[in-house]
Amino acid sequence: MAELPTVSAKMPLRGQFLFAMLFLALTIALLSQVPAQTRWVEGTRLFAQPRFWPAVGIGGMALFGLLHLWRLPRRRLVRTDLREGNLWVFSLEFFAWFMAYVWAVPMIGYLLCSITFVPLMAYRLGYREPKVLWTGALFGFSVVFIFKTVLDVKIPGAAIYDLFPPVARNFLIINF
Amino acid sequence: MEIIFEGLQILARWDVMVALLVGSVGGVVIGAIPGVGPAVAIAILLPATFSLDPIVGLTVLLGIYGSSMYGGAIPSILINTPGTPVNALTTYDGFPMTMRGEARRAISLAYASSFFGGVFSVACLILLSPVLAKIAPMFGSREIFLAALLGLVLVVIAHRGQMLVAGMLACFGIFLNTVGLEPVKYSKRFTFEQSWLASGIDLIVVVLGLFAISQAYFLLQGEDERIRVNKVRGGMFQGFRELAKHPLVASVSGGFGVIMGIIPGVGEFTAQFMSYTSAQRLSKNPGNFGHGSSEGLIASEASNNAVPGAAMIPLLALGIPGEALTAMMLSVFYVHNVVPGPGLFQNQLDFVTALYIALFFLNVLVVIFLLFATNFLVALVKIPKRFLGVCILTLSFVGVFSLRNSATDCAVAATFGLLGFMLRRLKLPIVPIILGMVLGGIMEVKLRSAMGRVKEPLDFIERPISAMLFTVIVLILVVQVRRAWLDRGLGRKSRWSVRKASMQFGTILFRRRSSLLRERGRRARRPRLPFARQ
Repeated sequence: MAELPTVSAKMPLRGQFLFAMLFLALTIALLSQVPAQTRWVEGTRLFAQPRFWPAVGIGGMALFGLLHLWRLPRRRLVRTDLREGNLWVFSLEFFAWFMAYVWAVPMIGYLLCSITFVPLMAYRLGYREPKVLWTGALFGFSVVFIFKTVLDVKIPGAAIYDLFPPVARNFLIINF
Repeated sequence: MEIIFEGLQILARWDVMVALLVGSVGGVVIGAIPGVGPAVAIAILLPATFSLDPIVGLTVLLGIYGSSMYGGAIPSILINTPGTPVNALTTYDGFPMTMRGEARRAISLAYASSFFGGVFSVACLILLSPVLAKIAPMFGSREIFLAALLGLVLVVIAHRGQMLVAGMLACFGIFLNTVGLEPVKYSKRFTFEQSWLASGIDLIVVVLGLFAISQAYFLLQGEDERIRVNKVRGGMFQGFRELAKHPLVASVSGGFGVIMGIIPGVGEFTAQFMSYTSAQRLSKNPGNFGHGSSEGLIASEASNNAVPGAAMIPLLALGIPGEALTAMMLSVFYVHNVVPGPGLFQNQLDFVTALYIALFFLNVLVVIFLLFATNFLVALVKIPKRFLGVCILTLSFVGVFSLRNSATDCAVAATFGLLGFMLRRLKLPIVPIILGMVLGGIMEVKLRSAMGRVKEPLDFIERPISAMLFTVIVLILVVQVRRAWLDRGLGRKSRWSVRKASMQFGTILFRRRSSLLRERGRRARRPRLPFARQ
């Protein structure tokens, strides 16, 4: 019989040390801020102190983080760690795409933004076939239609809608 | 019986019916697309359900939760890629059956087993409801605190081989929950004088970032694969006939699913693993497991589909979510002022029963849909992964932005997306963060109120349920420490596989010393023996 998987898949070694170090650095930074960012109230029992649970959380992070670092099979940076780190940095591009989308929606509207965002990003990813780009635009329209027009989720009207006559403006604000 | 009719009355509305249909069909479709999964779908749809009635919103989400595993079996069987993570074990026997040309048999058996698991768990829940209604009020603050603590301990322990990381991330979740204004003493915690942090870090923003946006980044950064799948031809009813030949395997697996679903923090994977192992023990042909055994397929599918229904028990009866998906549902309850916990079973048992009946209808609808739409779902498997990433990113925007129309929320979610992306790349668990956030909040509130009524520390465990929970926690910790002590030498080698066998000549000779000595010894001694045959 093939070997059964456990709950967790096998972890790759690359990047583990870098992540553990970054996490520990965050933990130390938070630990140093506990006195400044939380309050100790006189005459209150320990479990009811506003400082108690942040301290439990950060204390646990520090304890388990140190143990994890100690148990790592490789406790030094090698080239594969840096390559993995580079990949994390490259993913910031997608972060920027997402934030650009967020920034553009209140300006040019949810519909226009969505039907341009999906094909543009698909183009950036290397899809050049018109079929894929049109599918992207259709997908963008469907998302707006389902969520904004049908389900009426709260997404505000765009600044660009002010340029339209009042009837069209109201229609656009309500539906797109 | 009366309570079942009351539940049916709640469901007898057109909008609930539509929600049931949308949830069940949507869940199957989402499950059939590798790379999406129910967590992503629920995270995205969560804010959209806020404007709906509690029963309608919950039915949609429950539909996705309960039916995604049906769909997830299709790519597991046809292309050896689990549609949802919990279908991983289905690939072990499903794909070998496809390779033997028995794809239709495997898929129909998976549907039948999933249906059995789902209906079995609903039946157990309906039978257990009166008992739960009696037990749930016995849970006071200290019992709920201990149950939440037990859930957290189990979540960490369930990640075998990654317990330290899981503990670290669960504590990070506890910390995240404390950010913002503390509600009793009204003091700010870790707000760094930033107004947007004063109201805390929203659970849904974190969920969307860690599940949906991180998955989008992960898919966008990956590569598309060429996938070839053939159409599945023929009827799908043979699986039901075959399932009827293995009632013991199906029942035991369903039972494991129900038990593991009830225990917070354990979930589908452990249920699957245990039922698979027990099915192998019960089988007359244990050697077939992993090579296309129908019993193996029944065990994995029946158990994972029995979990969603059972996972609703700790959520509804105690207000304690056992996994990320039920944690998300908890926020839907709160948004609609329905507070899960002992009071819900006492005061709104009809609502709880309605949810169970909805789960039953959901399973029926899904099977009917699947019997006719399998080939449509097979086509979905071919969607390019990076294009799927763009789609998820676009949908994530709706989820985050519609919460409060806040660009800051989007930035926070996108940042958690980066964290989730790192965790996915490193194959580290994400779920402990979410459960740390939810259970940490419950523990803080319940411990404070429990300690107000306790004079001495031992009073905390004077009641039978709290004493039992405390004993279970201590026992689990003792067993884990013992196991860690015993495994300490083997752990590093087996987990990381970094220690490679040396290829130095001397070491090779040393490793082979016994066989060399044996062979050489024979040869060397042979001529010297006076009576040896030449």
